[in-house]
Amino acid sequence: MSSDGGRGPSRRSVVRDSLGVGVATGAYGVSFGAISVGSGFSVAQTCVLSLLVFTGASQFALVGVVASGGNPLTGAVSALLLGSRNTLYGLRLAPLLGWTGGRRAGAAHLVIDESTAMSVSQPDRDLARVGFLVTGVCVFVLWNTATFAGAVGGEAIGDPRTYGLDAAVGAAFLALLWPRLSGGTQRLAALLAALLALGLVPLTTPGVPVLAAGLVAVALGLRMRRT
Amino acid sequence: MIWAAVLVTAVGCYLLKLLGLSVPERVLEHPAMSRVADLIPVALLAALVAVQVIADGTRLVIDARLAGLAVAVVALLLRAPFLVVVAAAALTAALLRQ
Repeated sequence: MSSDGGRGPSRRSVVRDSLGVGVATGAYGVSFGAISVGSGFSVAQTCVLSLLVFTGASQFALVGVVASGGNPLTGAVSALLLGSRNTLYGLRLAPLLGWTGGRRAGAAHLVIDESTAMSVSQPDRDLARVGFLVTGVCVFVLWNTATFAGAVGGEAIGDPRTYGLDAAVGAAFLALLWPRLSGGTQRLAALLAALLALGLVPLTTPGVPVLAAGLVAVALGLRMRRT
Repeated sequence: MIWAAVLVTAVGCYLLKLLGLSVPERVLEHPAMSRVADLIPVALLAALVAVQVIADGTRLVIDARLAGLAVAVVALLLRAPFLVVVAAAALTAALLRQ
């Protein structure tokens, strides 16, 4: 293998990969827009979520809790708990990107699963910045365009149940969960969390079972030696 | 109330992102902390799947949504893209309700 001849990833290949990731994930936005409107959010509220929250799983969580009859603020707490993983992404990105002040404040909005993944895999700071920015901006533009399209389309079709949009919410969460079920601890956490949530459904107000399931993560995380 | 939740989520999620970029790595880099943080999305998403598919308010209900989820599992096992997984689940539930 002659891989030591300086043939690392080039700027161009990083841009191309980042654009590919952006296009693929931007398409989720259509489902988010349609599901959000079907859950009782207006088109404006749906678009503001994608513009300002800009982290898919948290947006789906808020909308999902409201769709199941939960208090919107309970949904917001679920969304924030899911958003806490972006803090850990930021911890890893900070030394890599090396931005401060206004640039850091701007970059923070783009800290999501995809931009982190495309950044931490690069060999140096320059390519890490390219991967982060191109992926982040590309996902941002497509996610918001697609959200708007999905929201307008979702509003046009009327009762979401007729088109199975309520079933789409569960499928969307499962698709987000799927790649995270990599190890035994993760699968155990998922199983226990689902069972705990279902057990609490008849006993509590909607939204609370999901929050309580977060305790499974805390309990397992503190007890296990490693994941 | 929905607007309040939207704004709380927006401000909170941004601050969580900024926090990670701003604090020294060692402050939050504790093994137990990162294990918990790794498991929180898993637990919450699993709970959201369960509640979304089987709960209706404060009741547990088995209906077309569960069939939709089963189809979603098959689609995921076949490595279908996100949009296909979601659409297949919706279509299944919609057809069963005809």
